[in-house]
Amino acid sequence: MSFKGSTRQDAKRLTLLLLFAPFTLWILLLVVLPHIGMVVLSLREKVAPRIYEFGFGNYIDFIQEPIYWNTLLRTGGMSLLVTVLALLIGFPVAYYIAKLAGNRSKGALFILCLIPLWVSDLIRAFGWILLLRESGIVSTTLQKVGLADGPVELLYNDATVIVGLVYTVILFMIVPLVSTLDGMDNEMIEAGYNLGGNSFTVMRRIVIPYAMPGIVAGCIVVFMLTAGSYLTPILLGGKNSSWFTEQIYDQFIRRYNWESGAAFGFLLLAFTSLVIWIGLKLSGQTLSSTVAKS
Amino acid sequence: MTMKTVLPTVLLGVGLTCSGASSAETLRLLTWGNYAPDNVIDMFEAANPDIDVEVTLSNNEEMIAKLRATGGSGFDLAQPSHDRIYAAQLEYELYKPLDLSKIDTSTMTPSLLTGVQENTTIDGEVYAVPHLWGTSGLMANKTEAPDLTGWGDLCDPKYKGKTSMRLTRTILLGTAFDMGEDPFAAYADLDEYQAILDKVADKLIACKENIKAYWQGGDDLSAMMLSGEIVASETWDSTAYKLYGENENIVFVPPATGALAWIDTFALPRKGKADEAAYKWINFVSQPEIVTLLSASSGAIAAVNGAMDLLPPDKKAAVNAAFTDDDVANLKFFANIPPGVEDMEGKTLEKIKAATGG
Amino acid sequence: MSGKQPFDVDLECLDLSKHFGDVRAVDSVSLSIPQGSFFSILGPSGCGKTTLMRMIAGFEDPTSGDIQIKGRSVLGTPPNKRNVKMVFQHLALFPMMNVYDNIAYGLRCAGFSNREIGAKVADVLERVALPDVAKRDVHQLSGGQKQRIAIARCMVLDPDVLLLDEPLGALDLKLREAMKIELKLLQSQFNTTFVYITHDQSEALVMSDQIAVMNQGRFEQIGSPQHLYQQPATAFVAGFVGDANRWEATVTNCEESQLGTMTGAGHSITGHTQNPSVAGVGDKVSIYVRPEFIRVNRSGESTGSSTADTAEFHNELAGQVDSVLFNGANSRLLIRTDEHQALIEADANLTGGLDDFKEGENVTLSWSSLQTRCFPVPAS
Repeated sequence: MSFKGSTRQDAKRLTLLLLFAPFTLWILLLVVLPHIGMVVLSLREKVAPRIYEFGFGNYIDFIQEPIYWNTLLRTGGMSLLVTVLALLIGFPVAYYIAKLAGNRSKGALFILCLIPLWVSDLIRAFGWILLLRESGIVSTTLQKVGLADGPVELLYNDATVIVGLVYTVILFMIVPLVSTLDGMDNEMIEAGYNLGGNSFTVMRRIVIPYAMPGIVAGCIVVFMLTAGSYLTPILLGGKNSSWFTEQIYDQFIRRYNWESGAAFGFLLLAFTSLVIWIGLKLSGQTLSSTVAKS
Repeated sequence: MTMKTVLPTVLLGVGLTCSGASSAETLRLLTWGNYAPDNVIDMFEAANPDIDVEVTLSNNEEMIAKLRATGGSGFDLAQPSHDRIYAAQLEYELYKPLDLSKIDTSTMTPSLLTGVQENTTIDGEVYAVPHLWGTSGLMANKTEAPDLTGWGDLCDPKYKGKTSMRLTRTILLGTAFDMGEDPFAAYADLDEYQAILDKVADKLIACKENIKAYWQGGDDLSAMMLSGEIVASETWDSTAYKLYGENENIVFVPPATGALAWIDTFALPRKGKADEAAYKWINFVSQPEIVTLLSASSGAIAAVNGAMDLLPPDKKAAVNAAFTDDDVANLKFFANIPPGVEDMEGKTLEKIKAATGG
Repeated sequence: MSGKQPFDVDLECLDLSKHFGDVRAVDSVSLSIPQGSFFSILGPSGCGKTTLMRMIAGFEDPTSGDIQIKGRSVLGTPPNKRNVKMVFQHLALFPMMNVYDNIAYGLRCAGFSNREIGAKVADVLERVALPDVAKRDVHQLSGGQKQRIAIARCMVLDPDVLLLDEPLGALDLKLREAMKIELKLLQSQFNTTFVYITHDQSEALVMSDQIAVMNQGRFEQIGSPQHLYQQPATAFVAGFVGDANRWEATVTNCEESQLGTMTGAGHSITGHTQNPSVAGVGDKVSIYVRPEFIRVNRSGESTGSSTADTAEFHNELAGQVDSVLFNGANSRLLIRTDEHQALIEADANLTGGLDDFKEGENVTLSWSSLQTRCFPVPAS
């Protein structure tokens, strides 16, 4: 009997082990190891061809070169702006889907929101280019309608980059928001009104605090995705798009400088983590109460 | 060593074709777009039924990054430009020496062959032979910008917002020549070269207002040029020739200081596994009828004797419309890039990109 | 206040209707609730009571009719401007706020200063006997505490009417019994009009001053618990409020309010109707008799100690004890009178002594015609 019991226990443990193995391997091989490798790589200084020394030279270079940290700050600032815009646009959409839409249209709307995900980043960016270029659809339409005298160039500026990025990432804001708001009992909103709150109060004091885990989760995902995006800012930003990922790419590919590329990569990770940490502190949330929950 | 090979591979997500290790008869080509068109591959496979050809499309920078990530394995034949071999070999040891006895060098244009060999000889071993060559220069729509003659004209205010360039070392070098410098000579003294780069950067930052956008590849350049959004640009000659076929007003303009010429070569990656097949490919594509096919698909000129006559008629017309004999004599072949120069140039390019302009 | 009302009326509904498409969820309902009373709306689920309450709270607009609070129509008033507060079915306490903020929410909306809010919250917590929970999170409270906080959250705003939407439904039985009493106490303590929605007749009976029994969007009867129980106006009320044995029968003779009938199984039962004019000889009637009015005797024993007593028991049936359902003071006997007939329920006093009824014993059932309610079956 006891023998039987122990084999069963072992089998259970084995099952658990097997279930977790892919996840553990994934984390270990694709997340932990590369990052350790990156840190190690970033701490190598090139002194001559094929000769490297341990040192912080790559990080010192970063600090001494304003172009680099300006670009990082610019990337961070624009990513924050994108996050805020995605939240401002995404919240009403999510609220409509979760609370106002009927049961049948809810699913359809949700799917509708997911459809753009089926198209690759690249194709989406090219879509924007076709629309917005000087000889593109928007420009020609504006001229035909008579709203513009000559061709209008809508590409290659920060506003376009931000619009493109918001469009790309907004789904990742909507999805956690819908799932949080969906879990909110309608009674809660009615109680908010019943106790004397107007729409603004109910939104500010009840719906938003309730949705906070979803808001924070969405913001984290969106911020990380934006700060780490490559194609959209490059393709839509044109000559003035300085995005930090582009600099990482340049270090790795154009300048064969993997050491400093690795340092940049690590700095981007550290910087975005810092921004998120500050954001969590300011909003009084914790990772476990937000991302884990929603 | 594991660090060097495994991790960066994962990091960069370089998609390697890890197949076919068992069969020595797969030829894995790392080359440029249009350098191995399907019709040529079909003909090669028909002539050599035991060889399969796999093609990975890339450019100079990515070729080197990929080979570096794997320590020179994963591909059997690569086609970097002639100026990108020497330093990369010194720093990262990506290639193995060629056995020239297995290549029919007699058909190759002697000047190009010796040029490439001089550029890529290390410790008495030759690492590359020429394949296709072409130039970088200017392209203009004659009706809109008839007076464009030099690199600096891209910054002429009368074309404000109507010109383009690719932000790479080509435009740095071209602008340097345009300013009366000789950057290739300055390679010997990197301080002097840095001084030139600083001057070039100032000029190109000031020029930024004139630029509509920096093009990234042949497709977006073509789109801007054909739609009339720009009237002139820095360009590869092959792109200009292609556009000439669609709009005869768009011509390649060799800059007054000389078009910059590059030669794409054949080199064997250090851990390539199908050397014999690679040599077969090199000899196969040097045959006159194949040369014509390659020129047709790539727009580049082969490094074989009489290559001009082997050009397909439309390309020949475009070349004749662009080049005079003087222009050909004035070609500036890219000089070998000494170690460290790429880093200096990279920094300069970043500076230009990050500068706020129009 | 309008002069025609002899007493202060807090809430009045006049001919109120709500139609969803073809469905008449609420159909011409009128009610008038005097100040300070505990008023229950009792009905099965789907009878329209929730819709009625949502109209009073302002979450639904009536199709026709009027709602008046303290004599003034509130039809155009949005929910947040009506002085009608509501305890929701699942209480709807705000989980992201602590108890203090939950209660303070309404006061803040009303624009009270922080000092006033502090005093009022402390006061109301005192009154619901939970003075120390202000800083607790909602999820740290027990079910009963949550209930009281939900009421406190409304009462702190001093509403004209408090609506309660089956708030005891989620509690377990023991707590539900305790909360019934507590609710009643709270109501008399606050002296506020409570409108209590429920499908549980025992909740309604225990707590209410007045009960409206609702069925298919209409009020069947409004009255005090005793009145409804003892003098149900309709067959629905007789069947829904309290337990009852039911027979279908045909009227054999009429004598003012007293009816002689014959059941399908051939028993003659004498009963009373409240509305003699509606039943004539030959009409079908439903007969309701509550279990506690049925006296059970062993066959052969005399039915009572005094002859005066026996005279009252017009109805008698012979049967056999089918089963004994022991439930302390509420024990029941199930008695079979005929094959294929529903079992008859009768109260039994089971003391554990020797004279307790056993299964299989032959018994005689007897009850008074005055406790026998006859309702005409509508011809269909």
